[in-house]
Amino acid sequence: MLYTKDFMETITMIRDENLDIRTITMGISLLDCADSDIDVSCKKIHDKILRCAKDLVKTGEEIEKKYAVPIVNKRISVTPIAMLLGASGGDPIKYAKTLDKAAEEVGVNFIGGFSALVHKGFSPGDRELIASIPEALACTSRVCSSVNIGSTKSGINMDAVKLMGSIVRKSAELTKDRQCMGASKLVVFCNAPEDNPFMAGAFHGAGEPDCVINVGVSGPGVVRAALSKLPKDADLLQVAELIKRTAFKITRVGQLVGNEASKKLGVPFGIIDLSLAPTPAVGDSVAHILEEIGLEQCGACGTTAALAMLNDAVKKGGVMASSSVGGLSGAFIPVSEDAGMIDAARAGTLCIEKLEAMTAVCSVGLDMIVVPGDTPQEVISAIIADEAAIGMVNSKTTAVRIIPAIGHSEGEELDFGGLFGSGPIMKVNEKSPLVMINRGGRIPAPIQSLKN
Amino acid sequence: MNAVISVIGKDKPGILSRVTNAVADVNANVLEISQSVVFGYFTMIMIVEIDNMHCELEGLRELLGKTCPDMETFVMHEDIFNSMHRI
Repeated sequence: MLYTKDFMETITMIRDENLDIRTITMGISLLDCADSDIDVSCKKIHDKILRCAKDLVKTGEEIEKKYAVPIVNKRISVTPIAMLLGASGGDPIKYAKTLDKAAEEVGVNFIGGFSALVHKGFSPGDRELIASIPEALACTSRVCSSVNIGSTKSGINMDAVKLMGSIVRKSAELTKDRQCMGASKLVVFCNAPEDNPFMAGAFHGAGEPDCVINVGVSGPGVVRAALSKLPKDADLLQVAELIKRTAFKITRVGQLVGNEASKKLGVPFGIIDLSLAPTPAVGDSVAHILEEIGLEQCGACGTTAALAMLNDAVKKGGVMASSSVGGLSGAFIPVSEDAGMIDAARAGTLCIEKLEAMTAVCSVGLDMIVVPGDTPQEVISAIIADEAAIGMVNSKTTAVRIIPAIGHSEGEELDFGGLFGSGPIMKVNEKSPLVMINRGGRIPAPIQSLKN
Repeated sequence: MNAVISVIGKDKPGILSRVTNAVADVNANVLEISQSVVFGYFTMIMIVEIDNMHCELEGLRELLGKTCPDMETFVMHEDIFNSMHRI
């Protein structure tokens, strides 16, 4: 018996509604590459990445052809480099260049893990690595960086928050002739997941196996298209049910691709991250899903409620479809990467304060937001602190990927090109948080941390 | 193992013949066909067995693209449909 409707649904999802596997990310542990001589360490890293990932891109392309489903990115995440720097000392830029070279040689477009985990304090290597981030991002093209500055269990390291304000600014300053791209490859996390396959925040956590395949699925366009067929008076229970069912189908494709990649590469399958990750392409927008649910424009009152339901329904549908769900899993709301968000920001409907509220219920945080070039570093630190507080108290991942548009001011736009899209420069509250940020120290772990 | 071929486009004589010839050329075996023409638009879904096929799915995809240049053709491994629509 031929189920024509099912076949046509899958074909339509891929052909018209931008269903894709957003990324196959190979996580590689570099702990066995640590050496007291940084040059030896770099050589071991280069050799291990090439050994583990030499067939990654080819395998991805083979699977793509077999199922005719696009696998947009093939990527690598590695052990936070600060851990290796702690053992070797030396110039962290050597590590960045090694990662960049290895990534280029195996043909992946990004490699994540130029990272440090400092949520409770700095250990050897952490400060040196963080200080080198702006230069590392400016002198490489594929390396992505992240820093975890807080967690529900440990509170928020406000010394690190203060530091990251200046690092974000410097990353933008050093790449001001390239649309401040440096800052778009740097994520500041609270409760960073160790198995996230999405860039720029991917790194391979210390608790992960030696080598693992994680898959990120996407498909905002599929969800929007499904919702557009619902009558406008269908109640929200029906809306949530439809999102769940659609998320289930999308995730099953991810599971299939993940299993196949794991088998072909001889590497264990880690997790599926079932995120709705928008792209600037028409029809691939999370904002448009919210508008399909019934808002005139994303950012209107009701946006947070609609997003909360969307995020939850995506998880519920996806979790049934996969043996192992992890990473960030939910709805991303990167402004510059989402056609509907860009329109809403241009129209003034979507402001940073509303985005901050949305991050309390979405899967990550303030993502790909362009702010005026003269935004002081303490204001960036304070934005990071606010976002981290939301993550800490709600036991969820939050992140800040904010781009100070050096030399530009409100009303102008930065155009990053490709999947990064373009972002209107958004207004930032100009009152100063300087005294609070300069206090430093730590915001203690909240009462939610005492679950034992 | 099976693959699913779908062909969509403006109806005209000879479409099915061209598709089945291409399938025979690569030694795939037709198992089922469902075809309809609605308002002049031809839609066909065909399941073929590919165990003894002479080429990869990509090869069949290219061949169908060449033999039916004015139609939209899709070739996919059956597993993607089973994964999405069967539990």
